[in-house]
Amino acid sequence: MLTIRREAIKQIEAHLEAAYPNEGAGLLLGTANGTGNKRVEAVLPLENRWEGSEQSHRFLLGPQDMLHGEQEAARRGLDVIGIFHSHPNHPAEPSGFDREWALPWYSYLITTVAQGRAMQHRSWLLRDDRSGYDEEELMIIND
Amino acid sequence: MATIRIPTPLRQYTAGQAEIAVSGANVGAVLADLTAQYPALKAHLYADNGELRAFVNVFLNDEDVRHLQGADTPVKDGDRLMIVPSIAGGMRS
Repeated sequence: MLTIRREAIKQIEAHLEAAYPNEGAGLLLGTANGTGNKRVEAVLPLENRWEGSEQSHRFLLGPQDMLHGEQEAARRGLDVIGIFHSHPNHPAEPSGFDREWALPWYSYLITTVAQGRAMQHRSWLLRDDRSGYDEEELMIIND
Repeated sequence: MATIRIPTPLRQYTAGQAEIAVSGANVGAVLADLTAQYPALKAHLYADNGELRAFVNVFLNDEDVRHLQGADTPVKDGDRLMIVPSIAGGMRS
């Protein structure tokens, strides 16, 4: 289960709505208890590094972004526990391309942004054998 | 021996260890030693065609080996390597 505060969800929505009609993305920093429960403590919005014309259906966070994320997480006593990104005018379900690039263990929080507004959030985990994703329960809590 | 740092999502395949001692004269040999020690890592580091997956970046002493000599980059005793993922995705398959 992925637990996230409503305030953090609002921060994610603001970043993804600002990126619309392109895809937006960033990192989820938080804690993991080793039994599959993760809790988001901070959100790190990042720039989509994919080439301009492709940004409407692709996002990329480069190794420097990940290093920055790891350092930022370490500074706060947290880990990088997942990635958030948007699917503009598209269901919040992972694509084949998502799977090609995915890593196990990370939570992949996907948000549908329709007509510029964030509508739905769903979280996914890559299977160990990379054959597909399983949906992860998402719990949004009030502060 | 050199050491290689494993990113959090792949530590489940290295018995939870963040840093692994590895041997090899170059980056390719070091990665081969790593996957020989921990075979379950292979599916996540290499694509079916045997090439490193696009999201796998290897840093040697803070420099991306793509900017050095790639898999042929020499590795010395005491060198520190890191595997750093790129993250990509998107709605079009």
